[in-house]
Amino acid sequence: MSLNARIPSGPIESRWDKTKFELKLVNPANKRKFNILVVGSGLAGASAAATLGELGYNVKCLCFQDSPRRAHSIAAQGGINAAKNYQNDGDSVFRLFYDTVKGGDFRARESNVYRLAQVSVSIIDQCVAQGVPFAREYGGTLANRSFGGAQVSRTFYARGQTGQQLLLGAYQALERQIDAGKVAMLPRTEMLDLIVIDGKARGIVTRNLVTGKIDIHMADAVILATGGYGNVFYLSTNAKGSNATAIWRAYRRGAAFGNPCFTQIHPTCIPQAGDYQSKLTLMSESLRNDGRIWVPKKQGDTRSPDQIPEAERDYYLERMYPSFGNLSPRDIASRAAKRVCDEGRGVGPGGLGVYLDFADSISRLGEKTIAERYGNLFEIYERITGENPYQVPMRIYPAVHYTMGGLWVDYHLMSTIPGLFVLGEANFSDHGANRLGASALMQGLSDGYFVVPYTIGDYLASNKLEKVDESHPEAQAAKRGIQEQTARLLEIKGKRTAASFHRELGKVMWDQCGMARNAQGLEWASERIAELREEFWSNLNVSGEAGELNQNLELAGRVADFLELGELMCHDARIREESCGGHFREEYQTPDGEAQRDDERFSHVAVWRYQGPDKPPAREEEQLTFEYVKPVQRSYK
Amino acid sequence: MKLTLNVWRQKNASSPGRMERYEARNVSEHMSFLEMLDVVNEDLIAAGQDPIAFEHDCREGICGSCGFMIDGVAHGGFKNTTVCQLHMRHFHDGDELWIEPWRASAFPVVKDLVVDRSAFDRIIAAGGYISVSTGSAPDGNAIPVRKLDADLAMDAAACIGCGACVASCPNAAAALFTGAKIFHLGHLPQGVPESRERALRMVRQANLEGFGNCTNIGECEATCPKGIRLETIAKLNRDFLMASWTERPPAETASAA
Amino acid sequence: MLGLSFYSTANGKKTVMAVTGALLWLFVVAHLAGNLQVYLGPGFLDEYGRKLRELPALLWAARAGLLILAGLHIAAALQLWALKRKARPVPYAKKVATTSTWASRIMYWSGPVLLAFIVYHLLDLTLGVVNPGYEEGAVHANLVRSFSRPATAVFYLAAMAMLWAHLSHGIWSLFQTLGFSHPKYSGPLRTAAAAIAVLLAGGNMSIVLSVLLGIIR
Ligand SMILES: Cc1cc2nc3c(=O)[nH]c(=O)nc-3n(C[C@H](O)[C@H](O)[C@H](O)COP(=O)(O)OP(=O)(O)OC[C@H]3O[C@@H](n4cnc5c(N)ncnc54)[C@H](O)[C@@H]3O)c2cc1C
Ligand code: HEM
Ligand code: HEM
Ligand code: SF4
Ligand code: F3S
Ligand code: FES
Repeated sequence: MSLNARIPSGPIESRWDKTKFELKLVNPANKRKFNILVVGSGLAGASAAATLGELGYNVKCLCFQDSPRRAHSIAAQGGINAAKNYQNDGDSVFRLFYDTVKGGDFRARESNVYRLAQVSVSIIDQCVAQGVPFAREYGGTLANRSFGGAQVSRTFYARGQTGQQLLLGAYQALERQIDAGKVAMLPRTEMLDLIVIDGKARGIVTRNLVTGKIDIHMADAVILATGGYGNVFYLSTNAKGSNATAIWRAYRRGAAFGNPCFTQIHPTCIPQAGDYQSKLTLMSESLRNDGRIWVPKKQGDTRSPDQIPEAERDYYLERMYPSFGNLSPRDIASRAAKRVCDEGRGVGPGGLGVYLDFADSISRLGEKTIAERYGNLFEIYERITGENPYQVPMRIYPAVHYTMGGLWVDYHLMSTIPGLFVLGEANFSDHGANRLGASALMQGLSDGYFVVPYTIGDYLASNKLEKVDESHPEAQAAKRGIQEQTARLLEIKGKRTAASFHRELGKVMWDQCGMARNAQGLEWASERIAELREEFWSNLNVSGEAGELNQNLELAGRVADFLELGELMCHDARIREESCGGHFREEYQTPDGEAQRDDERFSHVAVWRYQGPDKPPAREEEQLTFEYVKPVQRSYK
Repeated sequence: MKLTLNVWRQKNASSPGRMERYEARNVSEHMSFLEMLDVVNEDLIAAGQDPIAFEHDCREGICGSCGFMIDGVAHGGFKNTTVCQLHMRHFHDGDELWIEPWRASAFPVVKDLVVDRSAFDRIIAAGGYISVSTGSAPDGNAIPVRKLDADLAMDAAACIGCGACVASCPNAAAALFTGAKIFHLGHLPQGVPESRERALRMVRQANLEGFGNCTNIGECEATCPKGIRLETIAKLNRDFLMASWTERPPAETASAA
Repeated sequence: MLGLSFYSTANGKKTVMAVTGALLWLFVVAHLAGNLQVYLGPGFLDEYGRKLRELPALLWAARAGLLILAGLHIAAALQLWALKRKARPVPYAKKVATTSTWASRIMYWSGPVLLAFIVYHLLDLTLGVVNPGYEEGAVHANLVRSFSRPATAVFYLAAMAMLWAHLSHGIWSLFQTLGFSHPKYSGPLRTAAAAIAVLLAGGNMSIVLSVLLGIIR
């Protein structure tokens, strides 16, 4: 099967309108005859489920948390971009498009990104109408702030809790449809397999996390909006439950995986404190608006920060990237931090940290203004570290944050399995090799509110879907497969816990497939992961039973998938012999240490297809063409 | 440091539960409370015992998954702090702690420290939204919102739905949670048209779920990790009263519509 | 029925408690004002009692009103108490109160103590059943006779402590219940409620103590 991204032709400004006009429509009276499964209730899933319910489809939505409101999107802090140009500072749809393509280091599809920028405007309107309490100016109009990788102020925010407020907006819209009987919500339910019948996605197999019951759900189309897989690194800023299981099982059923190795390392996280640590906490990028990043000029300088005079400090981002300074894009800022720490100039325990200092802003704007802008972030920091950032500079270090890779989708957000749509962070996304801040929320809501409700209608209207039910042999076989896997995990009765495998996998991934990668390390990591996987299946210890709430069993299933995905990531990173965005291969850098793209050989999406349990996956390429933004060496100097 | 934990263990909703004692050894002061429990659990698994089930996800105080009573206080009783944000440096070597799930008939225990809070979702489903379907919104700046109102709405919207308010309330009332949503939406011009029906429907649903009645004790406000204020409960009462006094019989509303 | 569906919600009952509670509170204020005449000398109280009795329609209307208010207040309290019991069937092994006041947490028994007090009080000063030597119309003498018995005086004092507790939370609480709350006024309101409760309970106590100490004879 060859890849067809279904990118419309014509001038980029009219491509989405043209597509919408050409899409087939489902007669309103017929909509309720179609069953749609939405897996995930984050920004992408909740917005899609609510909108499809409003349109009249029969929707079933599931999430593994106890309530759809707890999806990981809730944790996003900083904000959401939109090309509103309310600040009159020269923003436009084209500029947002341009910034996103450039920020992604020319590894994203132009048409998708343009649509995203277009739709961004409607997202803000929709969210305001839903009651999202965005920050306001005294005159009552919406306020904006700036974010990394942009020179205009286009980020809308709700204090430090933008993701929470946007998600609550979508969640409330979803609950409204649940009350209206249009959406059935299944919380505490985990998707464990995809049912493919006659080449089309027709259902899923789930486990009820309270009773352990394995169920089949059939549908006319399946939407995956299950978020990112950053937890393959064990320590990340993602929620503990975030996982790759849904997309990985879909991959094994034939959905192609795009750019698995594209990972974003966020520059501003609270450094790790010990081995027992279970996750890393992000300090929003918005802090870089008023905080200055520095390290001592001297190596191994152990003086406390207030003892280090101005002249002996290196504000390295301001020095290296004068025009963007502290607001340089994430990949660049992360790498710069790693570089100064590798030079032995890092601060704090183990020398893995840099200062994010607010002293200047506090003296310029006053503590009150700073507290108004970042009060809750400062509180979070103090709670975790026990240090008061109003007095002592914060210590930060990069951490895994976001995965640009994901299931490959076409312009309609459909995967290579017809009838399987993938939204939000779960798809390989519009962010290329690096995502700009405040763009994931935009993409999730764009996909869910404004794209998939149209494109899924076209799929349903233009395909004749046979009636199938649970008794179908494919459905039964998938269910049996899951029952067997569950039993197998419980039967090993070895010595090591799932968490210990996860931690070890994470370390391998972070060391070899993290901020800087090289061929040798990646090859070693692939082998090591294969060994680890073997040990997992022979020495795992899962307590408890299948027929009960068993958090250990849930984790074991997720780790099993991470152990396969990790290897694919290393493989993909090994083959992409260039540096771009968050993918930094040490062999490919400019003399001054910047990422060196190879547009000749790698101006494409790497698309991986599963070939069977013991066979290497197949790699295909979707060529990227740039008609509107000329690929140049990305410079933020 | 070393701690003694008395933890509520209950296999599932239908079996009885009881307190059990555990020793937590090698606790570092930098650990979070949940990381301390992770370590206890790893030891339990190694010893062939069932680990303690507790709910968690974001581990940074925003998703509202975590929450249980520590020594008789919801989330442990540190200002604006969820259990997952609580660090062990607040405890001392040799402390003995009591760890129990939220207790309310509207929050039945699922297992150990995990309770079923779906009643909160049903309260929201009853009216905790603004009825605006996708695509029908005017420009974001079409309706100015007084900055103060936007800020107050945001304060109330910060609720994470953790359930600590119910757990701490001697009456097991859900007034703070319900009030927070009514206050949030009612302070924005977009939410005003529905505010009366919203109060009626949400309050009735909270009653159906079996929550108790608020007698303005204020324990909820004191233990709410998001600082939701009692003022929100007054707003709930106000909207509910106004709505009750002005509600029209169904026949009349139908003819008006 | 609109009224019934209103009352069927917990908040409806709560509103009834607030309104009846407010009126009962006003009664306590008026009653105290009447009682304080005891300091003016024996004749005043008897005269006041006689005047009241000369307006039987008003007196009985007031009594009926009080009975209805108390009835509604108590009925709603009982129903809400049952709801509270049902809402938390399994108690905590350990529960610590943080910032709430003791008075706010004991409303469900400071109220019944008041009820018990009122019953005794009626038997004592209105009907004279538990007040040996009771003389119809001799209000002042009956009062002095009753409070001179230390056991009765102590019971009255204890009941007035409960009156303080019930009102110090109740007076603030009823505003919150009726929807009045604003950061600018909430603090002062709480203080005022506590102060009013002290004045009311204190005023009543002073009479009992004055008799006990022989200041009023
Ligand atoms: C700390 C943090 C801060 C961030 N800040 C910002 C920001 O300021 N701006 C910005 O634009 N982006 C930000 N991001 C990124 C952004 O939050 C996410 O990319 C985005 O929210 C993902 O949304 P989603 O809907 O795709 O997935 P999620 O919100 O992750 O939702 C996934 C859903 O899928 C469900 N699910 C997963 N697996 C299964 C399964 N197997 N079975 C059933 N259900 C399943 C889950 O229950 C959940 O409901 C941040 C991310 C993090 C980690
Ligand atoms: C059997 C007797 C009584 C019982 C069981 C009782 C119980 C209660 C309860 C449970 C409350 C609710 C507390 C709250 O919501 O804050 C309350 C409130 C109140 N009570 Fe009573 N009470 C009784 C008698 C009285 C009497 C005799 C008075 C007058 C002196 C009184 C005055 C008040 C007031 C003013 C309130 C505040 C109303 C409110 O909070 O909404 N009560 N009572
Ligand atoms: C220590 C303080 C009090 C004193 C000295 C006192 C005194 C009296 C006296 C003398 C009477 C009889 C009046 C008459 O027969 O003409 C009376 C009646 C009554 N008192 Fe009190 N009282 C006190 C406190 C209270 C309180 C706190 C309440 C209620 C909460 C209360 C409720 C009543 C009622 C209901 C009656 C009956 C009124 C009637 O005849 O209908 N009293 N009181
Ligand atoms: S009001 Fe506070 S305590 Fe209650 S659910 Fe919301 S955040 Fe939790
Ligand atoms: S503690 Fe309970 S009584 Fe009301 S004010 Fe809070 S809900
Ligand atoms: S785990 Fe999310 S709030 Fe504690």
